[in-house]
Amino acid sequence: MSTTTTPATNRPVATQRSAPRPVAGHGPLYWAVADALVLAKRSLIAMPRVPELIAFAVIQPVMFVVLFRYVFGGAIQTPGAHYVDFLMPGIFVQTVAFGSIATGIGLAEDLHKGIIDRFRSLPMARSAVLVGRSLSDLVRNTITLLIILVVGVAVGFRPQGSLAAMVAAFAVLLLFAFAFSWIAATVGLSVRSVEAAQSGGFIWLFPLVFASTAFVPLQSMPGWLQAFAAHQPISVTVDALRGFLLNRPVGTSAWQSVAWSLGILAVFAPLAVARYRKTSG
Amino acid sequence: MTISGDTAILAEGLVKHFGATRALAGLDLRVPTGTVLGVLGPNGAGKTTAVRIFTTLLRPDAGRAEVAGYDVVRDAAKLRANIGLTGQYAAVDEYLTGRENIEMVGRLYHLSRRDAQRKAEELLDRFDLTAAGSRTVKTYSGGMRRRLDLAASLVITPPVIFLDEPTTGLDPRSRLGMWDVIEELVADGVTLLLTTQYLEEADRLADSIAVVDGGRVIARGTADELKTQVGGDRIEVVVGAAAELTQAVRALEPHLGSAVTVDADTRRITGPAHGGAGQLAAVVRDLDAVGVRIDDLALRRPTLDDVFLALTGHAAAEATAPDIEAEPTRRRRRRSA
Repeated sequence: MSTTTTPATNRPVATQRSAPRPVAGHGPLYWAVADALVLAKRSLIAMPRVPELIAFAVIQPVMFVVLFRYVFGGAIQTPGAHYVDFLMPGIFVQTVAFGSIATGIGLAEDLHKGIIDRFRSLPMARSAVLVGRSLSDLVRNTITLLIILVVGVAVGFRPQGSLAAMVAAFAVLLLFAFAFSWIAATVGLSVRSVEAAQSGGFIWLFPLVFASTAFVPLQSMPGWLQAFAAHQPISVTVDALRGFLLNRPVGTSAWQSVAWSLGILAVFAPLAVARYRKTSG
Repeated sequence: MTISGDTAILAEGLVKHFGATRALAGLDLRVPTGTVLGVLGPNGAGKTTAVRIFTTLLRPDAGRAEVAGYDVVRDAAKLRANIGLTGQYAAVDEYLTGRENIEMVGRLYHLSRRDAQRKAEELLDRFDLTAAGSRTVKTYSGGMRRRLDLAASLVITPPVIFLDEPTTGLDPRSRLGMWDVIEELVADGVTLLLTTQYLEEADRLADSIAVVDGGRVIARGTADELKTQVGGDRIEVVVGAAAELTQAVRALEPHLGSAVTVDADTRRITGPAHGGAGQLAAVVRDLDAVGVRIDDLALRRPTLDDVFLALTGHAAAEATAPDIEAEPTRRRRRRSA
């Protein structure tokens, strides 16, 4: 492979080697944050080295943008808005929802390769692997969303809200992304292979994304489906984004979305941490 | 019994089940400080399970263990600051460079940024990875990954180090390289527990050896003591036809005694040698005298199989089949969780 595989030569210098000591004087909370940041940095360093990860995360929503903007869009009636303006908030939510699967895949990969075992044998915070991963995924989501926003503007998307409304939309969306990545983390730590983390993450998201207001107005669905579609987390988040970005009344949708995200976090963060602790018995 | 200053690793009656499978069935071990224990056994013997308990990755169902003076269950957090673990599969991040990997582990051992960087340079140099230090691990050979993995567990110079099959799957050249690195480590005075499937490896690296089978220690001693139990070197004869086996065994009895194994499929007779190489000439003569043709004849060092055969009456390979599932490796995990 390379010239550097030569066996190490014996160097009798045991006494010269320094033995650095751990930094003292910080509490567990300090280390929980510091360790999580070390691991977030780890994923962020790797990100530009595996550009296909971002590329795939972008390609799929771009295909949806093109498909719905130019193929299906003409057949979908959206009173009071151009379809492209109606569509893009849905695309944003779909992007982070499907993007959350990557969190589960990353964790399943670490488990599979034994890296989690190394982490679990180190004197580091137990929460750090999960928090670090979801933080770096937040950064990845932000990058992906910015690219999708540019694509959206290119095909005619014109957000009309104020800057404050834009910021609010982004905040609601990232909280939603953060919450969903913890569901994916639980799935990723519960399955036995990377492939299972992939399909296991996708299988429940697909119907949830399509039986929502992401691509079509609620009124176009049959009544029995409306009851579900109106209140599920994807729909309320899409509705909140539409309100903020299209300068329409937001109503309670933003609060409903935040409530869903917090609820999901309250259930799945402890579940994921418990799975992580138990990963091998 | 509690651990004292001269005992680095202690296990008493460790039991661990995975579902219906018993991976450990009352394992006892004691490793004096500053020595190397080789834990020798086939796949599924419980070696990895024991290492995972010592390194706090698993909790025992019964029994207790202490490492560096800390109980593996009660003092798990403190224990982790005193051990290094290198597992069966190089647990390094493929997308980071060698240097970034070591620095990350250093930071997670809570070294300052500067100490972690300094230590990374030092370890890269020590493991002959300096030239590759800025390349991502994806480009490394198997041997380089193992060396990096080992380097990463040495950032804090832990007093107790666990190496779980450090050379399994490596080519002979990389294996020799790993052995050099491990021997150097031993010279530094750390306590080391090394699991292996190779008698040769335990022989070269370990002060004493514990043979594990079915989740318990079935023999312990130095490599020489174990080999004496096995009966030292072995003579191996492959005869020309299966029909000649009985006749050959009879002719070989004065040389090998009655403790021979006969494998009819490969027409192979194996037994303990007592007279060294000179005995081979006598074997040839006596087999020739009764008209048995010799396809192959060899004098060889005892292997793990011979040790197992002598200790358990079954070959190591047989032991593998029924409870290989017992060890939750990273590739097949958490049936019990």
